[in-house]
Amino acid sequence: MKTYKQVFSELKEQNNTALIPFFVLGDPDFDTSLEVIKASIDAGADILELGIPFSDPIADGPTIQKADIRAIRAGMNVAKALELVRKVKEHRDIPIGLLMYYNLVYQYGTEKFFKDFHEAGVNSVLIADLSIDDADEITGPAASAGLDTVFMATPVTDPERMKLVASKTTGFIYTVSVLGVTGSREKLSDTAEGLVGKLKELTDVPVCVGFGISTPEQAVAVAKAGADGVIIGSKIVSLVERNLGDRDKAIVEVSTFLAEVKNAI
Amino acid sequence: MKHRGRFGDYGGFYVPEVLIPVLEELEEAFYNFYEDRQFVTELADLSKNYAGRPSPLYHAKRFSEYVGFNVYLKREDLLHGGAHKVNNTLGQGLLAKYMGKTKLIAETGAGQHGLATAMIGALFGMETKVFMGVTDIERQSVNVHKMKLCGTKVIGVEGGTGTLKDAINDALRYWTAHVTDTFYLFGSACGPHPYPTIVKHFQRCIGEEARQQCLDQIGRLPDMVVACVGGGSNAIGIFSGFFDDKNVRLIGVEAGGRSVSEGRHAATLVAGRVGILHGAKAYLLQDDEGQVDETESVSAGLDYPAVGPEHCLLKDTGRAEYVAAEDEDVLDVFELLSKTEGILPALESSHALAYLVSQKGKLDPEQIAVVNLSGRGDKDVSIVEKHRPLLND
Ligand SMILES: Cc1ncc(COP(=O)(O)O)c(C=O)c1O
Repeated sequence: MKTYKQVFSELKEQNNTALIPFFVLGDPDFDTSLEVIKASIDAGADILELGIPFSDPIADGPTIQKADIRAIRAGMNVAKALELVRKVKEHRDIPIGLLMYYNLVYQYGTEKFFKDFHEAGVNSVLIADLSIDDADEITGPAASAGLDTVFMATPVTDPERMKLVASKTTGFIYTVSVLGVTGSREKLSDTAEGLVGKLKELTDVPVCVGFGISTPEQAVAVAKAGADGVIIGSKIVSLVERNLGDRDKAIVEVSTFLAEVKNAI
Repeated sequence: MKHRGRFGDYGGFYVPEVLIPVLEELEEAFYNFYEDRQFVTELADLSKNYAGRPSPLYHAKRFSEYVGFNVYLKREDLLHGGAHKVNNTLGQGLLAKYMGKTKLIAETGAGQHGLATAMIGALFGMETKVFMGVTDIERQSVNVHKMKLCGTKVIGVEGGTGTLKDAINDALRYWTAHVTDTFYLFGSACGPHPYPTIVKHFQRCIGEEARQQCLDQIGRLPDMVVACVGGGSNAIGIFSGFFDDKNVRLIGVEAGGRSVSEGRHAATLVAGRVGILHGAKAYLLQDDEGQVDETESVSAGLDYPAVGPEHCLLKDTGRAEYVAAEDEDVLDVFELLSKTEGILPALESSHALAYLVSQKGKLDPEQIAVVNLSGRGDKDVSIVEKHRPLLND
């Protein structure tokens, strides 16, 4: 199974930045979701960030909230998410990070959740509503399942805490570039670049930036600031949303956009 | 964070990383000020002269006669704003002022916490926004108008079923983007640490007063203390005055909604399973996978799928008992208290009263029950009328 380490060091040699699209699993339905994700890999995705939909996603803006509802209504659940991940891995072996809300993991049983998803081909599980203070609830199970850990840093995380985040992270630091929930932003705040710089001074752990990135220009700015990866969520999800009922067009638009970003960074 | 905010294994602060610094700031400010002389003096003055504390303890004799034992009402409904919510909004509002914050946000279900926040926003001259589900805006429209009159912006929340849970979701999302200048005035004894601790602290006056009033007016402690439970603030407020009085039963009454057995309710402690929502580990109404259930109740203030963490611990240890009252019985008792005492109880508080009616004839006539009448029912008149049209005579 391909690891984060392998991907980041390969890209580093080529002086490249990882392209990391985010999808809500099962949005708008199982088959479309699978085909769009596969197409994104073909278009140049280096790592995937995948979310299992939750009824109350408090860290997400309207675009991803709506995708969660679409996916849940179409029958997405944890068992089907496992199946979807397996099918994606059959297409290509690239690292996958899950982005979750804690209750779904907790109800499934944290250890079993980590073990089952690792077996399906997942490299890490980031829990949006679990901060570094409670990292102990997941670092043990993650290690025994063979998963890497991913934690977040934000524009309001102080340097001491950043060090703590870095010390608990084995995969990459998910750097939130703006204050706020997920969603496309016209302007990326200058904090993103400063934040990457600060983290880079503190740690060798790879730093990826997400939240608000929606154009190739923004992705380039983040890459230039030294980020190891660019995570694009709401923008991609909005392309899926814009083409409900037309799978082929969704695939084309997502692929075209990702290829454009890939080219730019 | 200095403290873990745990009640047994319940509680904690399960929030996105971006909210941690602002919760730390809040925790630090609370522990700095809550015993500060000036803070305490100012809060005591406002509680008395602005809110109208202490609230009376009233022996409801005709209602008592009906149920067959003694019922005393702790009259939080007489406070300014018409509910216990003002105790908390004065406390947190003052905290916001001491912290130098100038903007307030809050969520609201029944509109009582929203109104109590709107009042304090006006009182302290702070820009105030209240998030409220669209279903609740419709069924509690009187309170929406009152909030607007106080200068508050009411933001309608479309998500989910347009109720309290959805309002909290959007308030948290908004806060995430405005952590640097906005104080989130949380309305119940739930949510992430330090809110359950802060809200309990500002509501404990209910129980402290009630206990002393029992000793002064009746000459003994009650046999039971009954309160409705939404997030759990009025209940924890009155229960906490009696924690050490082991012979006093503490009974929390949740929203049984249309029907508990059919799954159409909001009785979290009665029918939920431990989970994580809105920053805390607590009992939660959810499906097998952990998706949060839709809830149903005639009372907007109790229509919530989670509950405060301390109540979860009180349930597990058996120190408090939790039951549910269904809508029809709640509507009955709304009419009953109005007819027997000339007091219109909030539909939320009517749940606590409905429990007493369920005990009619089962208790010794000497028994004494203290009920937290957490709010007045003016806001609910149109709901009650819809369910129980008045005869046109
Ligand atoms: C009058 C009244 N009582 C009770 C509640 C329920 O809240 P809590 O359980 O926090 O007391 C509300 C909430 O809106 C209310 O308005």
